[in-house]
Parts: sequence; C-alpha cells; structure tokens
Amino acid sequence: MQIEIDEISKTFGVTAALTPVSLSIPSGALVALLGPSGSGKTTLLRILGGLEFATSGRVLFDGQDATGLTVQERRAGFVFQSYALFRHMTVFDNIAYGLNARPRAQRPPKAEIARRVTKLLDLIQLPDIGSRFPSQLSGGQRQRVALARALAIEPRMLLLDEPFGALDAKVRKELRQGLRDIHDTTGLTTVFVTHDQDEAMELADLVVVMSMGKIEQIGRPQDIRAKPASAFVKDFIGG
Amino acid sequence: MSDTPNIRFRPVTTEPALVQGLVISGVIAVLAVLLFAPLIAVFYEALSKGWFAAVASLADKESLAAIRLTLTVALVSVPLNAVFGVAAAWLITKYDFRGKAFLITLIDLPFSVSPVVAGLCIVLTFGANTVVGGWLVDAGYPIVFALPGIILASMFVTFPFVARELIPVMIEQGRAEEEAALTLGASGWRVFFTVTLPNIRWALLYGVLLCNARAMGEFGAVAVVSGKIRGQTATMPITIEMLYNEYLSVAAFTLAGVLALLAFVTLGLKTFLEIRHADALAATRRH
Ligand SMILES: Nc1ncnc2c1ncn2[C@@H]1O[C@H](COP(=O)(O)OP(=O)(O)OP(=O)(O)O)[C@@H](O)[C@H]1O
Ligand SMILES: [Mg+2]
Repeated sequence: MQIEIDEISKTFGVTAALTPVSLSIPSGALVALLGPSGSGKTTLLRILGGLEFATSGRVLFDGQDATGLTVQERRAGFVFQSYALFRHMTVFDNIAYGLNARPRAQRPPKAEIARRVTKLLDLIQLPDIGSRFPSQLSGGQRQRVALARALAIEPRMLLLDEPFGALDAKVRKELRQGLRDIHDTTGLTTVFVTHDQDEAMELADLVVVMSMGKIEQIGRPQDIRAKPASAFVKDFIGG
Repeated sequence: MSDTPNIRFRPVTTEPALVQGLVISGVIAVLAVLLFAPLIAVFYEALSKGWFAAVASLADKESLAAIRLTLTVALVSVPLNAVFGVAAAWLITKYDFRGKAFLITLIDLPFSVSPVVAGLCIVLTFGANTVVGGWLVDAGYPIVFALPGIILASMFVTFPFVARELIPVMIEQGRAEEEAALTLGASGWRVFFTVTLPNIRWALLYGVLLCNARAMGEFGAVAVVSGKIRGQTATMPITIEMLYNEYLSVAAFTLAGVLALLAFVTLGLKTFLEIRHADALAATRRH
C-alpha cells in the first residue's frame, strides 16, 4: 500500500512535535524514520497507525484520504517499543487476538485460527512457544511474538517503533535480517523508527532523517551518505 | 585459582539483632492491645452466658433483620461501587482531560469528610421536607429513614476503596497493551473486557473486599440517615449499639461477633485466593 503524508503537523499543548511534514512512501518499501530523541519519529508513526490524530494535514492510503479512519479501520500492524504483549495470555492467544476480535461474520473458524497462528510461529522461527506466557520469553522472543501478532491481522502496512531498541547487539543483527526477510516475503509497506543510523542505513530502502519535528532529508541510504542535505544530517550519520 | 577474600558479608538491610527484636516486640504489643485483646473480649462477652444464650439472642427477630439488612446493603452498594471505581480509575489513568486532578480529589473526599457529615448531607438533600425528598416520599419511594438512604450513605463512605486500589496498578501498567489491542482491531469494549479487566482483576478483588468490609461495618453515616428504626432500618452496627446501650450485652456482643466473623470470611477468602493464584498474581504484577 502506498502511503502519502501531506503537511502533517502535531502539537501537544505548547510543544510542536511535528512542524508540517510531507512524505511519500512507495508501496512495498521498507522505510526507516531516523533521528535523535524527541525528533517526532514516534509521533509520526502513531499518527500513521491512528493512535494519535494530527493537528493539521492529511494521510492518504493508496490515494484515498485516511485522515479520519479510526485505529481499527487502518489495519496497521503495529509493533511497540515495549512490545506490549498481553501479559495474561499465552503466546498463542496473543497472536490469535486480532483474529478473535473480528466481527463474527469475518472471524475465521477456530481450526483456521490455530492453523494461522502455527504458521506465524513457524515464520518467526519459534514453533514451540505457543503455550508460554510473555513473562517466560526473552526480549528477542517477545519482539518476534509482537511481530507475529501484528502480522496475524493481515495488515495493510507494518509500523514498528524502535523494534530492536531494547536488545543486545547480537540479537539486533539477527532480528534485522529477520525483519528484512519478513518484509520481502510479505511485501508489506513497512515503516520502522530507529535512532541507530547503522540500522537505518543497512536495512531500509528509504531513509527519512528527522530533527526537531522536521524532515531533514529523504533518500536512499547511499544517496544520503553521498550527499547529506544539511550539516545536521552530515553530523548525524557521520557520528 | 582464585582465593576468596576474607570478607564478612552482611545483607545491607540487616539491623543489629537487638533493634530487630525491639521493633518486632513493639509491633506485637501494639497488635495485641489494638486488635487481639478487643477481639477476644468480643467473643468472651458473647459467650459469657454460654453458647445457648448467644445463639438464642441471634434468633431474635431484630437481630435477624439487622443481619439481613446489612447483607442487602453490602450486596447492592459493593457491586455498584466496583463499577464506579473501575470507571473512575479507567478515566483517570487512560485519558488526559481537564479537571483530572479535581476528579482525583473528589474521589478521596469520603476519606476526609466525617461520615456523620456525609449522612447529614444526604438527609438535607433527600429528606421529606426537601423538594426532591418530598416528591419521592409522595411517590412512595422515601430515601431517608429507608433502605435507599442507607445504601447511598454506605456507597458514599466506601466509594474510594476500589478506585484507590486500581489507580496505581493501572498507572504502572500503562496504556500500551490497550493500544496494541486497538491496532489489532478490537473495539473499546472488547479491549476493556479482554485486556484491561484481566490485568486489574487482583487489585479489583482487593478493592472490592475492602469496600465490602467497610460497607458492612459503617456506622456514622448510616446512623444519621437510617433513623435507627428497629427491625427495619437498623443495620448490624446500629443494632449492636442499641443492644449495648440497653445492657443486653450478650446479644450485643454476639451480633458484634457475627460482624467480626464476616470480616474473617472476607480476609480468609483474600488469603485463600492469594495462595491459590500466587503465580498468576506475580505474572500480572511484573512483566
Ligand atoms: N503525549 C504527549 N504529550 C506531550 N508531549 C509529547 C507527547 N508525545 C510526544 N511529545 C513530545 O513530542 C516530541 C516528539 O516526541 P516523539 O516521542 O515523537 O519523539 P521520538 O523521535 O520518538 O523520540 P525517542 O527517540 O526518544 O523515542 C517530544 O518533544 C515529546 O516531548
Ligand atoms: Mg520514540
């Protein structure tokens, strides 16, 4: 799905989290929102997912105005920085949650739900953890379960807020490749937030460098490296 | 090869044995004076003329009516307060809105207002000589000196318990799980019943048990609104006071013993559930 961000701004009381930003994301792209803390990355991602509403501006999905769509209607697979797994449910029930939440007419039968959950567990390469609780998983495993849960709803896009933020370097590397693979197999338009420039440069097709609520530069990793658009970008990716 | 250095390890929280002993015996002494002695006295007095006299005093029509009334009041006011408490805690912890601080103060109001004053306020608002009260009396639904007033008074006094118990737990758990459920397509109600409620069930249970204990024991506010009509609007605590003032000490203390036993049942239930579900309890507290 193609995503168009048209002059979106957001203020929280007196803080301007986003001064009007515009961004066009091609269908099927893997995009990184890169920037220092407080630059408005999470805010932009939450506006895309419908968890926050813009003060002004529009969001378009495949050319259709989606600004007023509720969070449920957006069908965005969202992966939270803290994973936000349902702590009182097993991994299986976590992944099945979105399917069970569908209106009765669209809800797959139990056996079909089980089949899909099993398939997703295979996809994240954790086939045997369905009956465990989130508290019994490592950080990397939780992150992958969160990804499977988001994929279960057959989302129109994938939004990830610092998906590898809380993990150690080795696990990060593995999961990066995992995300790339999942993106390539599903073909989903994917936006992920990071403040790690290596991660953005290595993983993304398109990097969006943000600072203080503004977009500093949009470009392919090699172009940004070759021609930083501002002193800030040069400094940030050079560091 | 590593040789262990010769250091005496002492946990940082350890106090000298003497201090520990003093503190522990101090606490036990206070508990003995404040809790155990009065409790023993209640049952001792109740049984001072033997089991038969105690049971016979309970079989009295007024005592039975008092027990029935107190249970009715708890049965109505506790569930209602549970619903209000959950709603208030949900509002306060999951949404940002103007006047939030004021709402928090309002919830705590019953803690700072004397129950007698609360009772008087209900009388002044719904008494037979007020507009609302007069109209309700004419319609055949008196509030004051009747069951609705007693329930109102009990609810006012026990209002904070559930919300107070829930708010810290819900703040600690944050909004992320609810947001995740929303992005997965769940409606607001579904999120509440499948995510929020299961996550707060233990705190809710504690709140409800506390609320229940207080509702059954409330004296001051109920004394004002009930009019203390024997066999009709006299709850257990009020009947106990009346019996005691009439020197019917066996009856008074027996009824007091029953009230204390009801509290024990509540405590026992809480402990039982805690032991039974220790794992689940730990899992919902930490992540
Ligand atoms: N709910 C909110 N209320 C008030 N201010 C907010 C809120 N959410 C974000 N902000 C402010 O908006 C600005 C952008 O925040 P945002 O969370 O989008 O930054 P970020 O780029 O994701 O940073 P980080 O890398 O630290 O996560 C910050 O100044 C922040 O303080
Ligand atoms: Mg952020």
